[in-house]
Amino acid sequence: MKAAVVTFPGSNCDADARHACALAGIDVAAAWHKDGALPADTDLVILPGGFSYGDYLRTGAIARFSPIMADVVRFANNGGLVLGICNGFQILCESGLLPGALVRNSGLSFVCKDVYLRTESTSTPFTSTLEKGALLRIPIAHGEGRFVADANTIDELEAQGRVAFRYCNADGSVNVDANPNGSANNIAGIVNAGGNVLGMMPHPERYAEALLGCADGMNVFASLVQHYAAAAPTTLVSSQ
Amino acid sequence: MNSYTAKITITLRSSILDVQGKTVEHALHSLHMPQLTNVRIGKYVEMHVQAPDSATALDVATTACRKLIANPVMEDFVIEIAAAEGQLA
Repeated sequence: MKAAVVTFPGSNCDADARHACALAGIDVAAAWHKDGALPADTDLVILPGGFSYGDYLRTGAIARFSPIMADVVRFANNGGLVLGICNGFQILCESGLLPGALVRNSGLSFVCKDVYLRTESTSTPFTSTLEKGALLRIPIAHGEGRFVADANTIDELEAQGRVAFRYCNADGSVNVDANPNGSANNIAGIVNAGGNVLGMMPHPERYAEALLGCADGMNVFASLVQHYAAAAPTTLVSSQ
Repeated sequence: MNSYTAKITITLRSSILDVQGKTVEHALHSLHMPQLTNVRIGKYVEMHVQAPDSATALDVATTACRKLIANPVMEDFVIEIAAAEGQLA
């Protein structure tokens, strides 16, 4: 499996994302925002966290017009796997690959802490190794992470099982106390209608190995590896 | 071609809680100004537009807002077109 991690001016989690891919056994290439196309044979695109273009105008608003984004949109529309983390999620919303928007946290503060996520959908390529309801401890670090969308869009996301992760308490309960930013329905991550594009505010790449204190984030990368292995054409020879 | 100034005001859509506005409103109330309500905090963007007439200038500025300056998912915008000061027509 080959991943391309896009670096925008102001990205600061690109190296971490490449490291997490390597830990998961994913071949990883660095892509530059000015590149006209993704590397050949890319299977997974990661838009990493950071502050692309200084968050000028709105988070992700300028990055979505980077030269490489046209190819990322084409790749996603052809069913390619795209993972947007934090600022990457904001870019995906701005580019229209995911619905809704991410606005200022309800508490107005930048929030940097560990949160618990409840796995809501296990049918996505990003959550396939997880059990429904599985809890993950993952860090968040953002000032604009409050997911908003009109009521119809929220209803559609819920009805179609497109909420991948929800902020919860350590016991898995979902309520306002567990919501770090005021997101609608405690939404922490969603997928597109095709299920091939995931945006999430928490940072799985920051908790991808025990050395860093927690490896819960590795589940996202391991799921992608498993999904890819299951989807790849088999070369096994029949023993008949 | 004439030169116009587009004065653009962007605010969060009314359906989205404006937490900055709410916080400022509470501060104003604590300053004994309870008559001030519905505080909304937004952004102001100004730009010059070269166009044959003000209607065309408005069209161009509207397109700019829809494509980049505002995000219609979460923001509303109002554009005022004025003759640019200090600009020769």
